[in-house]
Formats: sequence, C-alpha cells, structure tokens
Amino acid sequence: MSRFKKKGGKSTPGISTASLPDIIFMLLFFFMVTTVMRETELLVKVASPEAKEVQKLEKKSLVSFIYVGEPVQSKLGTNTRIQLNDAYGSVDVIPEFIAKEREARDEADRKFLITSLKVDRDTKMGIVTDIKQKLRKVGAFKINYSVQQEQEIK
Amino acid sequence: MAAKTPELNASSMADIAFLLLIFFLVTTTMDVDTGIGRKLPPPPDPTQDPPDFKTRNVMNVLINKSDRLLINGRSGNLSTLKEDVKEFMTPHVPDDVNFPEIYQEEIELLGTVYRSKGLISLKNSRGTSYEMYISVQDKLAQAFNELKDDLSLKKFGKKYSDINEDQKKAIGSAIPSRVSEAEPDNIGSK
Repeated sequence: MSRFKKKGGKSTPGISTASLPDIIFMLLFFFMVTTVMRETELLVKVASPEAKEVQKLEKKSLVSFIYVGEPVQSKLGTNTRIQLNDAYGSVDVIPEFIAKEREARDEADRKFLITSLKVDRDTKMGIVTDIKQKLRKVGAFKINYSVQQEQEIK
Repeated sequence: MAAKTPELNASSMADIAFLLLIFFLVTTTMDVDTGIGRKLPPPPDPTQDPPDFKTRNVMNVLINKSDRLLINGRSGNLSTLKEDVKEFMTPHVPDDVNFPEIYQEEIELLGTVYRSKGLISLKNSRGTSYEMYISVQDKLAQAFNELKDDLSLKKFGKKYSDINEDQKKAIGSAIPSRVSEAEPDNIGSK
C-alpha cells in the first residue's frame, strides 16, 4: 500500500475565484476612463470623406460640432440640412450657436474654440461655403474638416 | 483570544462589477475624431484693396461643379496635383520666369535659405462636392508636408515628424503652407 494515500476522493480542487472581482474591476475602470458618452443624437446622415493627412482632434471639450448632410428621417426629404446640437438649424442661426458655445466655456478657453465640420461626402460645397463665411464673420476662425484616415493599400 | 470579525461575503462583488462593466462596454464609443485643421482668414476689410500678386507667383486651382480641376487655365488631374504643387513651391535657383520669385532669408537653425514667393489660390464653385474639395485640400497638405520633409532631411537628417519643436518652427517658417481660399462668388449653384 502506498504511503502517500490521497485524502478524500478524486475531486479536483476548485479554482479560486477570489481575484475575479479584481480583474473585472480593472476592465471596468479601463472602460470608465475611455468612455465618451455621445451627447447628441445625429439627425443627419454623415459619411465622412477620407484623406491621408489627418490630425487627431484633441481637447474634445473645446470643440463644437456642426453636422451637415441629408436628414436621417426620409420623410423630411433629401435636401441637405444643418444640425446644430440637437436640432436642425440654418446658416443664419450659426452666429447665435457659436455665441452660445462660447458662453458655455471658461473665459480663458474661448479663443481656443474649434468648430468641427462634420459634412457628408456628397454634400455640395455651396452650403459649406456659406457656413464658413458665417464663421468668419463671428470670428470663429479655427475650423476642422472631419475626415477619416484613409486606409493605405499595400 | 479576540473574537473574530465575521468575514464579509464578497461573492456578489464580481456580479456587480460585471454589471457595471457591461454597461460601460455598451456605451463606449472608441472612435477618435480625426480631421484636417484649417484657419479661416478674417473677413476682408472693405476699405482696403486686396493685395496684388504677380501672376507668376500664383498657382490658381479651380474646382468646378462637376469636380473637374483647372490649374492655371489648363485642365488638371487630381493624381498629378501633388507633384505640380511641389514643383511650383520649390524655390528654383537660379530665378526661373516659369516659377515663382525667390528670395534669400536668414532663418535660425537653418542658415540662409531660398524661399519661394509662391502662393496657391484655391477656388471652388458652389456645386463642387465636399469629397472632391477634401481630396484637393488633402493633396495640397501632402505636397507641403513632403516639402517640409525634404528640407528637414536635408538640414537635420531626420523627417519632419521626428525633429524637435524649435526645428519644426524653423522649417515651418521656411515653408509656410501658403494656401489661400478665394472669396466665394455664387457660380455654379445648380
């Protein structure tokens, strides 16, 4: 008979799950930190064009967005519309919109505000030019054309 | 012996954490916003005449309503635009009448360099598609970046993206991105 007889049956010892909460918490914190909640619901379809020389848009808090494209709801037709925050707007409302965006920021940050134009690729330049002229008038000179990084085929 | 404090049952901790984890997983959007940054010029001063440029110093790039290019009066091609711009903006020594004027300037870290008085004038009609406009802007940016890379390699032996801030500034002042967008007029609206 063996000297080293196993105590008990042949049941495998259970894996300790004590570290499971820690692992989960680690993942949780990662996602909490990286999460950006979508503030506005898109009312227009925006398929960004592609380009090679793109820069990352940093300091999200200093960016205000103007969306331009076809309405998502097809009953509103296919005419290009402008979305400012949560509602459809027009070119004439842009000065007001920029003024509100400025008001919402700290005094020191106001001159660093960037206006990001998220424009659908099939939009005609006419409306974009109108927006740019309005932005020039109210002194919002820093703009950013939102584009996707082109995938290089090798 | 002191009485043992009863241990807290932590088995539900994992469940709670899982719940939160799934919530954040669902709400997370990982996309990074990328784009082409530009600075708009201030509105034109009506009391001042627009500055004059010699014809040889200006490269006119026009995009019409059917997305065709016109470069200095001749029809152009998007695939050759970058090379055209690069050739145009490179200072040609000695002075060549077919290219912009050149002048010498002393720039810190670089020494005396030739600079071009060239300027790209970009104009689009109202009917131009946004995609085409971005493509042209992208090509122009590529051309200027490659010129910067070339100068940087020549002066510092490194690419523009690898040099330090002071050197970047020096290169930037030697090759400014001279792209001017013409004042729009209402042509080709349909």
